[in-house]
Amino acid sequence: MKNKVILGALTVAGLAAGAAAAGTLDDVKARGKLNCGVTTGLVGFAAPNANGEWEGFDVAVCRAVAAAVLGDSTAVEFVPTTGKTRFTALASGEIDMLARNTTWTFSRDVDLKFEFVGVNYYDGQGFMVPKELGVSSAKELDGATVCIQTGTTTELNLADFFRSNNISYEPVPIETNAEAQQQYLAGACDVYTTDASGLAATRATFDDPSAHVLLPEIISKEPLGPLVRHGDHEWGDVVRWSLMALIAAEELGVTSANIGEMAAGTENPEINRLLGAEGTLGEMLGLSADWAKNAIAAGGNYGEVFAKNIGEDTPIGLARGLNAQWTEGGLLYAPPFR
Amino acid sequence: MSTLTDPPKAQFQLSMLVNDTRYRSLTFQAIAALVLALAIWYLGNNLIQNLRAAGLNISYGFLGDPSGYDINQRLIEYDSQSSHARAAVVGILNTLLVAFLSCITATVFGVIAGVLRLSNNWLVSKLMAVYVEIFRNIPVLIWIIIIFTIMTAVMPGPREFRGDDATSSMVFDLFAFTNRGVYIPMPWFESGLFASTTMNWLVVLAALALSFFVMRKVETNATKTQEETGVRPNTTWIGLGVWLVPVLLVLFLMGLSWEVPELKGFNFTGGIKIGGPLIALWFALSIYTGAFIAENVRAGIQAINKGQTEAAAALGLRPGRIMNLVVLPQALRVIIPPLISNFLNITKNSSLAIAVGYADITATLGGITLNQTGRAIECVLLLMLFYLTASLLISMVMNVYNASVKLKER
Repeated sequence: MKNKVILGALTVAGLAAGAAAAGTLDDVKARGKLNCGVTTGLVGFAAPNANGEWEGFDVAVCRAVAAAVLGDSTAVEFVPTTGKTRFTALASGEIDMLARNTTWTFSRDVDLKFEFVGVNYYDGQGFMVPKELGVSSAKELDGATVCIQTGTTTELNLADFFRSNNISYEPVPIETNAEAQQQYLAGACDVYTTDASGLAATRATFDDPSAHVLLPEIISKEPLGPLVRHGDHEWGDVVRWSLMALIAAEELGVTSANIGEMAAGTENPEINRLLGAEGTLGEMLGLSADWAKNAIAAGGNYGEVFAKNIGEDTPIGLARGLNAQWTEGGLLYAPPFR
Repeated sequence: MSTLTDPPKAQFQLSMLVNDTRYRSLTFQAIAALVLALAIWYLGNNLIQNLRAAGLNISYGFLGDPSGYDINQRLIEYDSQSSHARAAVVGILNTLLVAFLSCITATVFGVIAGVLRLSNNWLVSKLMAVYVEIFRNIPVLIWIIIIFTIMTAVMPGPREFRGDDATSSMVFDLFAFTNRGVYIPMPWFESGLFASTTMNWLVVLAALALSFFVMRKVETNATKTQEETGVRPNTTWIGLGVWLVPVLLVLFLMGLSWEVPELKGFNFTGGIKIGGPLIALWFALSIYTGAFIAENVRAGIQAINKGQTEAAAALGLRPGRIMNLVVLPQALRVIIPPLISNFLNITKNSSLAIAVGYADITATLGGITLNQTGRAIECVLLLMLFYLTASLLISMVMNVYNASVKLKER
């Protein structure tokens, strides 16, 4: 550290660069655009539609945050990331947040220095096999060849599952969901494993979805949620509460249809605080008073987003299950807005 | 009368550092070195500062932790409870395996295509020209993916071998070609001299080494007889015996058997599996680099004066012998140096393995380990170290060989 005096100027420059990265909220406001990391394409969660616009369940989180911060749900730059590149992209500041069905784990939270702001989908790892194999349980998969997206928690769960059940398998590592789909359909692997929601989404794009079955075993807990860099708590709060606003809106009965009239003021003080008619929640976050209103108006509340992108009426056809509101027997629970 | 005095001693002046050609180049080199050192220092310092600001550090402790993932192709014992370091070694061995195989086949392809491109047969030479131009001018990644995709799409899955009305069957009931790879019978010893398979194979190698030395002796004797009498004794049959008898004897004594792959459960089991990714990568690297080597070989041959060929022909040598005895030995000194670069390219290009899911060092240490531990800087530094070491070693070995074949000047 002796030479610090001589070359102090350079060091200061280096530190200044580091400090600038901490104020993500200001960066996003100044840029006028949110850089949001998503998958390279998983229909229902994040994929470009026929017009090239990104849409899906994870994309909706990005849009809600952009609407809360900038008041414009289209002010998002979507950055496709693979399982391998996502964390580097976030850590290096290439993206402001990552909404890419990423599992909240201890080591990612603590060791990789990220901050998971909540859970937008409670998932678990499942298996998909062709019906003609006649397999009815994952425990019958001894000796099978398994396609697996490399660098994911599913890769580790898979190794654990087969080891603890004393059966063997051969992994076929692949990079993206599209690649896995191609390999699986060509019969280069017997089984495709990833989060059950991802399997359902993938199967929905097949020519004949009914020729493939999802096995009943769910071998892991996969709480998927958006994450930000550790240490930038203001920005973490913005993303966290934007997500919570969507969840709370469903619980409170605020929808994209009635949000206009509800924003004018209602009997329920929590709705008033949420939508900015009362209190200073937006100011506390460093946002405008109608931040949550914009976030909810962007794509509707959590239930609407779910129904539109991955719900039972879509080709993906996922039931709410664990992802129902806590009042309906699910796990979704937004802390109070007060 | 004026006296001659010594010319005034040139006083060193600071301006001479720039104005005097004796010093100028040194000055600029010193400045460049200083700037370079500063730039490296700045980048390194920036990295350390930023890592510290993010609460991270540089540590290689993760290498000892259990890796938690499985690898489909491994040359040494490995499971998901092995350490990250062992996973890296598995990857290193896989990289070296595919690099070694590709170097050999690329050289074979290259020499054949290079020689044939100079053929007098119009069709043959044009075919080779087409091969060289197509493969040389399309990126190797594309070739890897094309070959792998064709393999997975065209070859039958193991499912199609099953049942009474199977649409595919094994070749000679010994080999199975599937979209997951090629399964071939595996030799093993029923009554090996040692418990370990590796030791038994070393015995076989020892037998081959013995044959090699005996054969050298036979050849030396033949040369001696030729020098004395002018007639070279025919050593073909002796050679055949010397090469085959010891090996066959050893194999017989140890009870060589073959384990034939069979369809069991989801996959073929038993035998040796040559995985699809390995085949795709090996083949793609071979034909791609082979095209470059072909051009080197052509250049080497064309560098030899046509008079050499004509002189050899005047002595009554046939074209094949002219090529083998006169032209190629001389062409080697032109061919070898660029061949070294091509071997290095193969080794480095094998890092594209991840495109087809081949578990080389870039896929294990630089891919899964990096991603699971988040230790990007550490992993990438190790990767750089590995490729640098491997390249320098290959380069060293090949340069030794080059020194042995290059023109000896006295």
